[in-house]
Amino acid sequence: MIRVVLPAHLKTLAGVSGEVQLDVVGPVTQRAVIDAIECAYPVLGGTIRDRVTMERRKFVRFFVCGEDWSHEPADTPLPDAVVLGNEPFVVIGAMAGG
Amino acid sequence: MSGVRLLVGTRKGAFVLSSDGRRTDWKIDGPFFGGWEMYHMKGSPSDPNRIYASQSSGWFGQLIQRSDDGGATWNPVGNDFQYEGVTGTHQSFDGTPHPWEFERVWHLEPSLDDPDTVYAGIEDAALFKSTDGGSTWEELSGLRGHGSGPSWQPGAGGMCLHTIILDPSDAERMFIAISAAGAFRSDDAGKSWRPINRGLRSGQIPEEEAEVGHCVHHVAQHPSRPETLFMQKHWDVMRSDDGGESWYEVSGNLPTDFGFPIDIHAHEPDTIYVVPITSDEQHFPPEGKLRVYRSRSGGNEWEPLTKGLPHSNCYVNILRDAMSVDRLDDCGIYFGTTGGQVYASSDGGDSWNAIVRDLPAVLSVEAQTLP
Repeated sequence: MIRVVLPAHLKTLAGVSGEVQLDVVGPVTQRAVIDAIECAYPVLGGTIRDRVTMERRKFVRFFVCGEDWSHEPADTPLPDAVVLGNEPFVVIGAMAGG
Repeated sequence: MSGVRLLVGTRKGAFVLSSDGRRTDWKIDGPFFGGWEMYHMKGSPSDPNRIYASQSSGWFGQLIQRSDDGGATWNPVGNDFQYEGVTGTHQSFDGTPHPWEFERVWHLEPSLDDPDTVYAGIEDAALFKSTDGGSTWEELSGLRGHGSGPSWQPGAGGMCLHTIILDPSDAERMFIAISAAGAFRSDDAGKSWRPINRGLRSGQIPEEEAEVGHCVHHVAQHPSRPETLFMQKHWDVMRSDDGGESWYEVSGNLPTDFGFPIDIHAHEPDTIYVVPITSDEQHFPPEGKLRVYRSRSGGNEWEPLTKGLPHSNCYVNILRDAMSVDRLDDCGIYFGTTGGQVYASSDGGDSWNAIVRDLPAVLSVEAQTLP
């Protein structure tokens, strides 16, 4: 199980509270995790990454084990701590604007 | 007794204001979607409990919400707005070609007779249609593809399709307007389009009377006189009496003819309302006095309406979709400001009251007249 922390607005849209836990098929990468989020919560389609380009939206960030993974390639394997469920994959809205 | 419901979109959420037909006591519900930009909300003319809302955020993109109970509860529907075919380019601010990119939905226009059919005007400018209650969207690509699209350029607010008018006398006829391309008309239900900007004159573009390139801010049509259109352009208040084939200026004695909204009295097709704004560089009322101007002659002769509005130190703006009218016998006029006030007049504009004063900046106001 992969643990995922969503920002408040996306938790509201998805109708969840706290962390969510997701099964990820195959290698655990950013792309696979976002695929799993969108599969479990279709309402989040287009909110984390662009529907057409599939690129991360510019004011969304991915934090992993205390590091910013936003600019890592989408298919880079995530650390074992995330794969084993010891650390969450954090989706966060960037500090920008008011 | 019949009533009125105001759908108010703001920079930080949506609000539903409701009153009985007296329009003296208002119930304020919201915020819905707190923290999100609500560019526009509009109810179906054939089912007032069916309301569509555009919800967007610079962080998390675009959603479309739908209510089937008059705004009490909402459900997200489809947000997949993909341009049809080869995307192509339009002009960027610097004149270089820029690929069309979806940014947000500015305006939602439900069909006049089918609650499940709704049109969406988006940035970068294009027109989409849903026939399944907003679940799926398809571009009416004849607009972008009619020929002039590659020359369109954004206004300062973005290249937005912000006005959609469905002609009540002809199901095949539609009007739309784009900043800063101009007005366009379809006579075949949106399949094909042509610019309708003859008579517009804009000093801000190299060819002042160009076929496209005009910064149209808003267009209004009265259902009883569908050939007549009124337009608030970047500068100039304009009128057409031939379905947009030609336009002439009716700014007359306005203190300034810059502004954003324009609307028409529900029962008097020659009574129109604008809110003059100082200039394109100063988006606030002249002299700090908030005044609605009314013309009872279809333009040219205008009178200021000031009773109940701030007479000094008022520096708000009124955006293009932030004025609306109800259809009660004594026509109600409503508008919202970037300062968060929503003003109402239940006597055709003679006097005004603030329903609410401290909302987030108001982006849109739509009045629904309830049975």
